[in-house]
Amino acid sequence: MSALLTIDRMSIAAGERQLVRNVSFSIAPGERLGLIGESGSGKSLTALALIGLLSDAMMATGSILLADTEVVGARERQLVALRGPVVATIFQEPLTALDPLMRVGRQIGEVVRRRMRHDCVSTSSQQVQARVLELLARVSIPDPERLARAYPHEISGGQRQRVAIAMALAWRPRLLIADEPTTALDVTTQADILKLIGQLVEEENMALLFISHDIPVVAAAVDRVAVLKQGELVEDGSVGEVLQAPNNGYTRSLIEAARTFDRALGRLF
Amino acid sequence: MSFIQVENLSFRYDQTRTIIEDLSLSLEKGRNLGIVGESGSGKTTLLRLLLGLAQPSAGSISIDGQVLDTKNWQFMRDFRRRVQAVFQDPYSSLDPRQAIFDIVAEPLRALKIDVDVAKAVAEAATAVGLPADAAQRYPHEFSGGQRQRIAIARAIVARPDLVLADEVVSALDLSTRILIVDLLKALSTSVTFVVVSHDIALVALLCPDIAIMEKGRIVESGPTEHVLSNPVHPYTRRLLASTPRLP
Repeated sequence: MSALLTIDRMSIAAGERQLVRNVSFSIAPGERLGLIGESGSGKSLTALALIGLLSDAMMATGSILLADTEVVGARERQLVALRGPVVATIFQEPLTALDPLMRVGRQIGEVVRRRMRHDCVSTSSQQVQARVLELLARVSIPDPERLARAYPHEISGGQRQRVAIAMALAWRPRLLIADEPTTALDVTTQADILKLIGQLVEEENMALLFISHDIPVVAAAVDRVAVLKQGELVEDGSVGEVLQAPNNGYTRSLIEAARTFDRALGRLF
Repeated sequence: MSFIQVENLSFRYDQTRTIIEDLSLSLEKGRNLGIVGESGSGKTTLLRLLLGLAQPSAGSISIDGQVLDTKNWQFMRDFRRRVQAVFQDPYSSLDPRQAIFDIVAEPLRALKIDVDVAKAVAEAATAVGLPADAAQRYPHEFSGGQRQRIAIARAIVARPDLVLADEVVSALDLSTRILIVDLLKALSTSVTFVVVSHDIALVALLCPDIAIMEKGRIVESGPTEHVLSNPVHPYTRRLLASTPRLP
């Protein structure tokens, strides 16, 4: 099966400054890849580049082939067709991803309606409403009717992230990008959201690009990891390979740091 | 008599919103205490009370047997020398317009401590591993980890007994985090830390004692090793089960 996403010698520059250098990796349909790196390593830029959302001051070169469409140099029209049906994104801070003035149900409904239009299916508002409630139930929100009427500020951080996931899911995308989706959440909420993402990715047969600096979190969410350091890809392998026998010195030091914290927790639970 | 004794402490904004409820704990010099809880558990409020930045609604905090009295300015001046703090965000906790020397020297000036300022600042800067030329530079020239070192230097410059560390590594990358943990460990020989965090692993690395907070109460406390290996309270168990582990 051919890859859903193939990034080939992609670089991103802001004027003279090279922010990402010659990065190549690919994701097969249904595959879960983790992109690990510290702040400033270029991991979020890479995600933005592949949906054509880099700011005007930045330029991507090389090739990003997403569902057989070349993203580098693509026209806005082509990109719009990719965003949503092919790739949907959830971000770290769900509060900024949601419109504060619109009830949660309507925000999800908007996406549902656009997806139905995309499929050339005519819609009634009852159908949209039913699908919104179905999506909220899918992301394990206990009282979908009540939550659909809430504004983003009225619900907790964990529920906001569930809503953001429901919006991404409404597109039925082939690739889900999750950019630090649990960094702003409490540990117990993080565990719930990770479980939810894992379950949905499997049920919907979506591919996943999971971006995080937190190695144990990434290891729990994906099958394969790539490590970025100062804009360069220094490692790409299965979670087991990379954790047990990292090729690169930088990856080794990161894993050693993660192990120090992990060891402190002991073996008993 | 414990060094710090917190007795039946409560804090509420009004009748319906109780943030801290009937909380007691004690702290000995030389034994770091970790306070672990999620957002909304009241850990930051507890920290504010411990710093004398808020008034308890009921109960008391005492240091070496003396009750913390925020209205007694003479007592507070001595208290502020003995109890210092480091906060989460090294980007907002340092004045961008002051040189590092002035930032680190601030507690000495504010508390009118009669020491050789230049010598004390140099010692604090060395203790936290800041480069020799740091003193005349400004915060924007430093990375997050270096800034946190500056904040730690400021906290220890007046030679306090106790430093309250509120989520001090949460904003840092993993590889920087481990360096700051090593630093705090090294400093623990001369100062006692209260480490407030949602990160159990951080507390386990730094603190022989742990207290787990939920909804304004301490639900479980004791030696860290013991609590981690035999968690009794359901909330502690859930917290531990939720903590992501390396395979």
